[in-house]
Amino acid sequence: MQNQFGRDAFALLVTAGVLVWIAPLVISTYTLTVLIVYGMLALSLGLIWGYGGILCFGQAAFFGLGAYTYAIAAINIGESTLPMLLAIIVPFIFAMMLGAMMFYGRLGDVYVGVITLVVTLILYRFINSTAGPQFVLGKARLGGFNGIPGFQTLNVPGNPDSYIWGDGLYYFAAAALVVVLLLVSWLLASPFGRIAVGIRENETRMSLMGYDVAARKTLLFALGAAIAGLAGALFANWAEIVTPSLFSLGQSAEIIIWCIAGGLGTRFGPIIGAAALAYLKFLLGQQTLVDNTVIMGLILVLFVLFLPKGIVPAVVSGWTTLFGRRGAGKATALRRNRAGRGAVSHG
Amino acid sequence: MVETVLETHGLTMRFGGVVAANNVDFRLGRRELRCLIGPNGAGKSTFFKCVTGLQTPTSGTVYMRGQETTDWRPHQVASLGVGIKTQVPNVMDGLSVHENIWLAARRFLPSREASQRTRDIIERLGLGDLSRRDLGQLAHGERQRVELGIVAVTDPWLVLLDEPAAGMSAEDVERMTGIIYELNRTAAIIIVEHDMQFIRSIASTVTVFHQGSILMEDHVDRVMADPTVRNVYLGKNA
Ligand SMILES: Nc1ncnc2c1ncn2[C@@H]1O[C@H](COP(=O)(O)OP(=O)(O)OP(=O)(O)O)[C@@H](O)[C@H]1O
Ligand SMILES: [Mg+2]
Repeated sequence: MQNQFGRDAFALLVTAGVLVWIAPLVISTYTLTVLIVYGMLALSLGLIWGYGGILCFGQAAFFGLGAYTYAIAAINIGESTLPMLLAIIVPFIFAMMLGAMMFYGRLGDVYVGVITLVVTLILYRFINSTAGPQFVLGKARLGGFNGIPGFQTLNVPGNPDSYIWGDGLYYFAAAALVVVLLLVSWLLASPFGRIAVGIRENETRMSLMGYDVAARKTLLFALGAAIAGLAGALFANWAEIVTPSLFSLGQSAEIIIWCIAGGLGTRFGPIIGAAALAYLKFLLGQQTLVDNTVIMGLILVLFVLFLPKGIVPAVVSGWTTLFGRRGAGKATALRRNRAGRGAVSHG
Repeated sequence: MVETVLETHGLTMRFGGVVAANNVDFRLGRRELRCLIGPNGAGKSTFFKCVTGLQTPTSGTVYMRGQETTDWRPHQVASLGVGIKTQVPNVMDGLSVHENIWLAARRFLPSREASQRTRDIIERLGLGDLSRRDLGQLAHGERQRVELGIVAVTDPWLVLLDEPAAGMSAEDVERMTGIIYELNRTAAIIIVEHDMQFIRSIASTVTVFHQGSILMEDHVDRVMADPTVRNVYLGKNA
């Protein structure tokens, strides 16, 4: 197992290194940065949904919470290191409390979906209504629908005047995504990850084996929120403004579509789905012939009809049928199996 | 007198107007092998669910090895060392045979030992060739065997099996009987069954449920010979 993870991590580092180096030749680093941020956001949902069976309709809430936490803390502190950490910790704690309420209350999947949706709506409404001057946290005004501009952006730790932006922010975001991906890979290979998959497959059986299902789901849910929070903080640094639209249901829906298109129950599927669809949206945004949302809807329908398991599982199974079971066939088959299951049990 | 591993006092479970379990006083000794029988809807599964925490009884108390466990949740009961097979198959269909059993073993053992125990139990169950196959692809009897493996791998001291022989071939039943005897060397076991042949072959004390209450509790031969039991149960089935 340990060796397997080592080889996996090495392959991941090499591939990521090459991609990060080549991609700026094709797409601007400014656009790439936001694609990476969306990839990380999709990974956060892919982790809890694809491997834990928790369908959260409000992943955008943690994204927005991370972004706002960063902005507010950065204005008050004037240096970016602690705000970055807070942007991970605050959504984590918030999700721990929300998750404990839902999972210890033994709510069914549908109710978990509804509650996460409602929480997102409440946050959205609340943030939107904070335009008045009385809504102040320390030195930061919440700003309502106008959002919060003008906060300290990412700087070299301990040196507030040395900003990390442009290409620097791109490399930082890419490195952050690789680190998160490595941690997620390690988690999924560990007993915690395998038990999470067991819970996804059959909660009753896992609790009859003696596992505290509620505690484990709460923790996994919160880990997903922490990753979404980090993505939010990176987004804040990229956009240099945070607005309530980060919390919007449209954003939440998009994350779900990314995961479905890329492939649930795989680590790379959601990231690829997010980057591909977000880039497509960016390209579509440059034309006015067809409405953006119509095309997005069409893509989702086409995926559900013709590629229900998503891009990554389809490519992997295509590869194995074309080139047989050579090489790392075992690992590939395992991944394909996982992918298949994710789609079957949540399709 | 033998040590008591499971005891219920006045266990009652109501679903609206239906009294599924009615004032059940039950006692099971250490390493005892007990069969639970009764017509459909007699409350056998409900009794199991109340004991294991899958349902919280309306009233009454449950003790395990002298400790009250009445309002415990299933994972707490299981953590004591209680192995449970529910009436409906409860397995992870999307995972391999090995992963299913490993997850059970890992609850009480470190990963490496859990893998070793898993391999051992898979051999003993005669599932060696299927170890890497997903459970969803297996035949019913094989899946039942895996579920028995999930229960057995943790060395429980109390085992509850709800209709383990249902839908099994004669060969499968024979193999399972062997495993049950093996388990019984260290564990007390309660088995819910309809198959009289099977119950006779295990030959133990039998508890008869009828309309949520215990109708009779005696040796299998005397139970089978009892006219009341024949009337409520055997008369209709055999
Ligand atoms: N969740 C529930 N809600 C309402 N009624 C229930 C519920 N579970 C069981 N019952 C009822 O309680 C009674 C006992 O059911 P139970 O499943 O315990 O019987 P059983 O002895 O296991 O029967 P079988 O041999 O068919 O498995 C039945 O009348 C059943 O309809
Ligand atoms: Mg039953």
